[in-house]
Amino acid sequence: MPNEKHQILSEPGGTFDRRTFFVKLGIGSLGIAAAGTAVFAYQFLSPNVLYEPSPVVNAGKPESYPMDSVTLDVNSGIYLIHAKEGFFALGAVCTHLGCLTTWKPELGIIACPCHGSKFKRDGEKIEGPAPKPLPWLRTWLSDDGDLMVDRGAPIRPMEFLKV
Amino acid sequence: MAKTVDQYFDDLRDSRVWRSVFRSGTGSSTLKRSLAIQQNIFLHLFSTKVRRRMLSFSATWYLGTLTFGTFLILVLTGILLMLYYHPSVPQAYADTKDLQFVVSSGLFLRNLHRWSAHAMVFLVFAHMFKVFYRGAYRPPREFNWVIGIVLLLVTLLLSYTGYLLPWDQLAYWAITVGSNIASAVPVFGDKIHFMLLGGNLVNANALLRFYVLHCMILPLTAIFFIAIHFWRIRKDGGLYAHQGEPATLKQAAVAKEAQ
Repeated sequence: MPNEKHQILSEPGGTFDRRTFFVKLGIGSLGIAAAGTAVFAYQFLSPNVLYEPSPVVNAGKPESYPMDSVTLDVNSGIYLIHAKEGFFALGAVCTHLGCLTTWKPELGIIACPCHGSKFKRDGEKIEGPAPKPLPWLRTWLSDDGDLMVDRGAPIRPMEFLKV
Repeated sequence: MAKTVDQYFDDLRDSRVWRSVFRSGTGSSTLKRSLAIQQNIFLHLFSTKVRRRMLSFSATWYLGTLTFGTFLILVLTGILLMLYYHPSVPQAYADTKDLQFVVSSGLFLRNLHRWSAHAMVFLVFAHMFKVFYRGAYRPPREFNWVIGIVLLLVTLLLSYTGYLLPWDQLAYWAITVGSNIASAVPVFGDKIHFMLLGGNLVNANALLRFYVLHCMILPLTAIFFIAIHFWRIRKDGGLYAHQGEPATLKQAAVAKEAQ
């Protein structure tokens, strides 16, 4: 009987017969295939090329920003602020859940319409639910004398750009 | 002698074409009626026999059935809305407005889809509470409760993904906020956010992904789990009845009088 033969061959002692070998081979290759599929799925679902706007924004000539002004560019989501110490740029996207905040000139604060977070003009948090202050963004003058802001490059606060 | 209407139906059921489709045969014996349920691909998920008491309004308030009804309305109206809607940034909002103001019956279909969606979320919760307070989640029905939780999540995800499709300010910011909540997941949060939106912003990729989720992946998931949910009712011994709950309303009335 084939069963008897099967039992004889798979005696204890470390060796296993052909059938066990193929079962293990099958399960092993299925496992490898499943892991490969997971990797492929992750790579496929993460786009390699994005058609999103550049993080570097040209904010125009410094002269167009009067002293003590806070200017929100809604398209790029940044504030350009001309303070006494110099220029600086703040990310206008709320650090809570990503809504676009707005400058309230009558109160002198930045406020978020979604969940009521409030920030000072230098990005410091006044009240939550935002967990972090608004980030300062790297700002420099281009060769043409335009103010440039990199939205993807946060810097330490209080680093003003003197013009 | 003229035939009665019933006799015409009997003749129809006895015809070769009818019998090639419905194989349980004619007659109203218990066996034939059981076979009529058991041999139908859609009805075979259900029990062939139900306690009459369980079909009364007070037993279930028909909440599960009503939820399924709204789901059917949503599938039907959703397919029709797809005929006029392009999931692309330049067209999505304009198409939504066209559906609202230009397409014949578009306003009706869109509103029906919207209100049915609200009703479905309400009914799913109502069904859940009814099952909970009746104690119908207890063994042997605990697995069907879990399936129900999956269906609750699928329903909420369907609502959420459908929210983006009109591509108006409400949609845009709701999905911005909602997808940022996903970023709060430890370790993988940002990756989940990136994969969900197909980018860093709510943009063309996000609109297309939410469209595919809303119109293909989530409805198919829902249908799959709804089938299991219905089938498990039969497998777990039919709709839940309290111990000692009479099988029919008549028996209940008799028992009340006897007291």
